[in-house]
Amino acid sequence: MRKRTIGVLALQGAVREHLMMLENCGAQGIAVKYPSELFACDGLIIPGGESTTIGKLIVRDGFLEALRKRASEDLPVYGTCAGLIVLARQVTEGNQPLLGLMDIVVRRNAYGRQVDSFEDDLIIKGIQDEEKPFRGIFIRAPWIEEVGPDVEVLCEHKGKVVMARQDRFLVSAFHPELTDDRRVHLYFLDMVKELLS
Amino acid sequence: MEEKGTLRVKTGLAEMLKGGVIMDVTTPEQAKIAEEAGAVAVMALERVPADIRAAGGVARMADPTIIQEIMEAVTIPVMAKARIGHFVEAQILEALGVDYVDESEVLTPADEKFHINKWEFKVPFVCGAINLGEALRRIGEGAAMIRTKGEAGTGNVVEAVRHMRTINQEIRRLTVTPKEELMAVAKEMGAPYDLVCWVAENGRLPVVNFSAGGIATPADAAMMMQLGADGVFVGSGIFKSEDPAARARAIVEAVTHFNDPKILAEVSRGLGKAMAGLEITEIGKENLIQFRGW
Repeated sequence: MRKRTIGVLALQGAVREHLMMLENCGAQGIAVKYPSELFACDGLIIPGGESTTIGKLIVRDGFLEALRKRASEDLPVYGTCAGLIVLARQVTEGNQPLLGLMDIVVRRNAYGRQVDSFEDDLIIKGIQDEEKPFRGIFIRAPWIEEVGPDVEVLCEHKGKVVMARQDRFLVSAFHPELTDDRRVHLYFLDMVKELLS
Repeated sequence: MEEKGTLRVKTGLAEMLKGGVIMDVTTPEQAKIAEEAGAVAVMALERVPADIRAAGGVARMADPTIIQEIMEAVTIPVMAKARIGHFVEAQILEALGVDYVDESEVLTPADEKFHINKWEFKVPFVCGAINLGEALRRIGEGAAMIRTKGEAGTGNVVEAVRHMRTINQEIRRLTVTPKEELMAVAKEMGAPYDLVCWVAENGRLPVVNFSAGGIATPADAAMMMQLGADGVFVGSGIFKSEDPAARARAIVEAVTHFNDPKILAEVSRGLGKAMAGLEITEIGKENLIQFRGW
């Protein structure tokens, strides 16, 4: 079977870590810098970074329309942290450009500033060995304040939604790519496989 | 168990800043211009390095009022500088809630022998380095991000290039050094042995490395990225130029597309005058700030 090609949006942020994780999971990761490269991808990861910046660069480089179009056809997308924000329908404050692919309302920097950034054990529904905790790294992280009826909540931390899925779109407020735990990326690769078959 | 201020959380924020531009700002208005241009973070200062250089005297941590106003003006991370070895300035910056402390040679050092013990803090630190040994000493003290020093406030990229090339050469050399020689290398470099071994095995620094000190144009920024920087700090280069907003946008775009000369040509057009530059030999060796710290 051919390796899945997963793009990592490479405008800004933790691109390398996702590429390394994808390789560890047996997929082929490619850095996506131009909209035309989206057509080579079986799936896309929008990485963590500075969400205000990534939002602006998505508009500047013509990704807003290209991504909406490609995603509405059949492209599975996973957003971490800033990527989660960009995929949302709405943020509680500010008016940054959003792809609006998921029916979620998001609060940016919900936990506070960097000194409030933290790590903690999470239980995530649907990943391998789901009863085994997953170490969640939260960095100036957002949380999901409202979810629409089609959104499945996969993980909560102290009553806040921090991971969710809607059809072929997946988001997490934390950073699996900063750990050695492959389970969230494998879950996304399974989504890609399902949708391709 | 929930843990704050872990090394992963500290280095993680730097990972999120990669491929981005961090801009020096002195007012909330400048901070907004930087954010609007696509900066990934701002450095809150009382004066930019070119003015610090011109003013002379002792340069200290900025007034907390300025830092706080800037923190309120933008939602991107805000960094601020403490003097080398001035752990109380760092404590104050942590209490203010800044997102990163820069233990910086741009300010007048407060301790001639010792840098801050950065492990004691929840807030992460970025520190300057001119070679691999210095970078690893800072990481050994708890720095979660490194920036090559360059020569701040000059608008002259030559020192930034020297420092980035030096560190990369030293890293490359380590990757082909036999394991039994690494202890001697560590001794020579004055760097912690375990970090020397890590670099030899992985072929890179264990934390993110940005370039700083003298970047004034989109081409400068793109060159530093091509030389292997994870991102760039632009100090005086933006707000000492003729059209800061346009230059800030152009440098951000040059950092994203650092490998695409067509885009670089496009963004380099019509930016007005860059900051006036300083030739390094004219400054005199005793006035170079890159040799502050050890």
